[in-house]
Amino acid sequence: MSFSWAKHYEPKSDLTKWLDERLPLPRLVYGAIGGGYPVPRNLNYFWNFGVLAGIALVIQIVTGIIMAMHYAPNALVAFDSTEHIMRDVNWGWMLRYAHANGASFFFIVVYIHIFRGLYFSSYKAPREMIWLLGLVIFLLMMATAFMGYVLPWGQMSFWGAKVITGLFGAIPLVGEPIQQWLLGGYAPDNAALNRFFSLHYLLPFVIAGVVILHIWALHIPGSSNPTGVEVKSESDTVPFHPYYTAKDGFGLGVFLILFCAVLFFAPNMLGHPDNYIPANPLSTPAHIVPEWYFWPFYAILRAFTFDFFIVPAKLLGVLAMFASILLLFFLPWLDRSPVRSGNYRPLFRTFFIVLVIDVLILGYLGGAPAEEPYVMLSQLASAYYFAHFLIILPIISKIEKPKPLPFSITEAVLGKDSHGTAGGPALQPAE
Amino acid sequence: MAEQVTMYQDGSAAVESDGVRRRDFINIAAVSFAGVGGASVLIPLITQMAPSKDVLALSSTEVDISAVQPGQAIKTVFRKQPVFIRNLTPAEIAAADKVPVDSLRDPQSLEERTVDGKKNWLVTLGVCTHLGCVPLGAAQGEIKGEFGGYFCPCHGSHYDTAARIRKGPAPKNLEVPEFSFLSDTVIKIG
Amino acid sequence: MIRIGAFLVGLFFSGWLLVSFGVGAAAYISEPPQPTAEHEFHLHPKKLALSSDGPMGKFDRQQLQRGFQVYKEVCSACHSMRLVAFRNLSELGYTEDEVKAIAANWPAQTPSIDPATGEATTRKPLPSDYIPSPHANETAARAANNNALPPDLSLITKARHGGAAYVYSLLTGYQDPPAELAKKFPDSMPGPGLNYNPYFANLNIAMANPLGSDGIVTYSDGTNATREQMAKDVAAFLVWTAEPTLEKRHQTGWAVLIFLIIATGLGYMAYRNVWAGVKH
Repeated sequence: MSFSWAKHYEPKSDLTKWLDERLPLPRLVYGAIGGGYPVPRNLNYFWNFGVLAGIALVIQIVTGIIMAMHYAPNALVAFDSTEHIMRDVNWGWMLRYAHANGASFFFIVVYIHIFRGLYFSSYKAPREMIWLLGLVIFLLMMATAFMGYVLPWGQMSFWGAKVITGLFGAIPLVGEPIQQWLLGGYAPDNAALNRFFSLHYLLPFVIAGVVILHIWALHIPGSSNPTGVEVKSESDTVPFHPYYTAKDGFGLGVFLILFCAVLFFAPNMLGHPDNYIPANPLSTPAHIVPEWYFWPFYAILRAFTFDFFIVPAKLLGVLAMFASILLLFFLPWLDRSPVRSGNYRPLFRTFFIVLVIDVLILGYLGGAPAEEPYVMLSQLASAYYFAHFLIILPIISKIEKPKPLPFSITEAVLGKDSHGTAGGPALQPAE
Repeated sequence: MAEQVTMYQDGSAAVESDGVRRRDFINIAAVSFAGVGGASVLIPLITQMAPSKDVLALSSTEVDISAVQPGQAIKTVFRKQPVFIRNLTPAEIAAADKVPVDSLRDPQSLEERTVDGKKNWLVTLGVCTHLGCVPLGAAQGEIKGEFGGYFCPCHGSHYDTAARIRKGPAPKNLEVPEFSFLSDTVIKIG
Repeated sequence: MIRIGAFLVGLFFSGWLLVSFGVGAAAYISEPPQPTAEHEFHLHPKKLALSSDGPMGKFDRQQLQRGFQVYKEVCSACHSMRLVAFRNLSELGYTEDEVKAIAANWPAQTPSIDPATGEATTRKPLPSDYIPSPHANETAARAANNNALPPDLSLITKARHGGAAYVYSLLTGYQDPPAELAKKFPDSMPGPGLNYNPYFANLNIAMANPLGSDGIVTYSDGTNATREQMAKDVAAFLVWTAEPTLEKRHQTGWAVLIFLIIATGLGYMAYRNVWAGVKH
């Protein structure tokens, strides 16, 4: 879009010409994901995950709308209507398993997408807005996933709703009224279930809206790439279609194979058995855990076991959990290194690998029971998490000596001798 | 597609036309597979709206008719739709038999609409064949229409004592569901 | 400014976490947590191989019928099965008439309303009815079972870690409490009305051994009704009640996967074609 050599849409038939003058939708698509969007030629498979996340969202919306045709958001019948979908509705079992596992796969894809952004510093100027919008999507996803998990009204649904709304109870003075306002009662019941259903239906469309902004913001500077060097000339890029449509098509196939393998052969692997027990306000499951994609944050929440003077440990945990996500909004201004790609930042790369391991450990600890030594370990892992982003990253971005960068993407791909043919930064558009 | 591919092929990589054709074939095959896959996903997305197994299971009802006197009718439910069971009086049977079958919009005799030997038991769905309203005439005191059977107030269809359409917009007689007598006093519908 | 603020926030969170870790670790070393009876005596489910296991798994209908017989003659006295309707039993290979007979002869009856008086009463179940509960409500169930609630069994193999293997292990796991338990954890010895079972989460289960001796069921297909066999059969049956669509899921899964693998292979070749000649 902002590349001078980007090709422009030319309607070929009379019909497309007629349409282009009245509603230039094909022109929009052509410029967004067609031949009119130049993309760096050196993207690796980690750049597939943005498109995959979009497809996961579509899968969730389609299967979700269909299940809403059969589901009844009432505390008396919600559990049974879910089982009605599993047992009686034509293909209902498949749609529900697709929706439940679709959520997990959506998060897997988005986590890889986020870590790709972290490693290749996709959050840096001029792409800060893409990063910020992406985080908004992530927060909306978490809210949507949480409310969706409440809907089957099993034991984990009920106690999840109770515990998560209980987080707000940690806020001094207004905490308890806020919790009751969220639930519409003293404990999760019909009122909470109904509003969660309504919002669970609404939020995905809000997500879709922010996704459009996210993609719009992406098309201003264009995609980043594994070298982190900005696009300089036409030879650095290829048109999105057919090059990346073909690559994304292949990536989608691999994604669907993995997704369907889980959906059809291990559909309850990522779920919790207790959610097949109807909600019972009188009996808490022995071991309450959220869905796996919340485990790292749950570990941070539980890591705070001591009051800090007048601040109770419960409030500290809640603050830290929210802080662990909110700090990502400041990342573009915390990491000041002029070099983007972790491939050229040896020190950053080392700490990045430690961060990935740290988050995986946090995830494991978040799913473990709340007993020693898991709590102690989660204190260590959480300490590193905060230190990484808030202390280590700003410091290494100051002291680190990056490796020499290639002159251009073309040079990185074709080697130094490509200079003559690929042209320098002053190369004029081919057209 | 092929045009853009060649854009980046320098002269040395001249491709034989055979190769090009094979490549085109693979691209077309891949896109067709994607299309077939997309289309087959529609099957569950569409059939999920068809009646579910528990709905299909509610397919028969047994009704005790021992308390229905001649001239009376009862309403019951079959597949979530009203059913009228009417014990015809000899006069009503005679009125129905008097009508020449050929003159009817939906030609059927009372015999064809009842069980052999139990001509007085008229079992029909209480669903007007016009647009699906429930006709009046089954409960006591309701208007029975100009022909003494049923009358649909929505658009003015009149049914006679054999529940055959006689006047008004409805195209067909009230439907007779599949039914049988389990005993003299019990009917099984469906 | 942002970096100074971040530094302070980071220092606070990380610092306090490290302090908490230090205090916790000191306590952990000075007073290591005491092992509990559950830690030492609880056992993971035994291995159980069923024909429905694995991606090729199919139900063994003969076994499901035997398992249903065990449920009907033993379990159904206390445990409900509220998500399964009699009509579903036709999937086990029973004919329509057999299903009708099973429904009509079921020991519990379906709640109903007397058409003459309007009073609550019961009637014989029809094939379209769900299997009626042996107890009118939870209070009645608790009252009849020493205040322990027998869980509904429809989803039990999905609602417990270990699934069918857990059910099988629990049913065959009744034994006398080990002498060591009495020595080390006298509080964890089964109290009155409780039974020792190492496969149960807290070791003491209110349900008495339901398959106490061989041959309490006489299988119509001639299979020898040992305790092992009955436990295995009823576990298999409960896999079916928890997910009657399991076979269809496996079959559909293979069709979908084979299609996707071919499509993805073609997609890969198309991707290579498109990129042929472009170094990247």
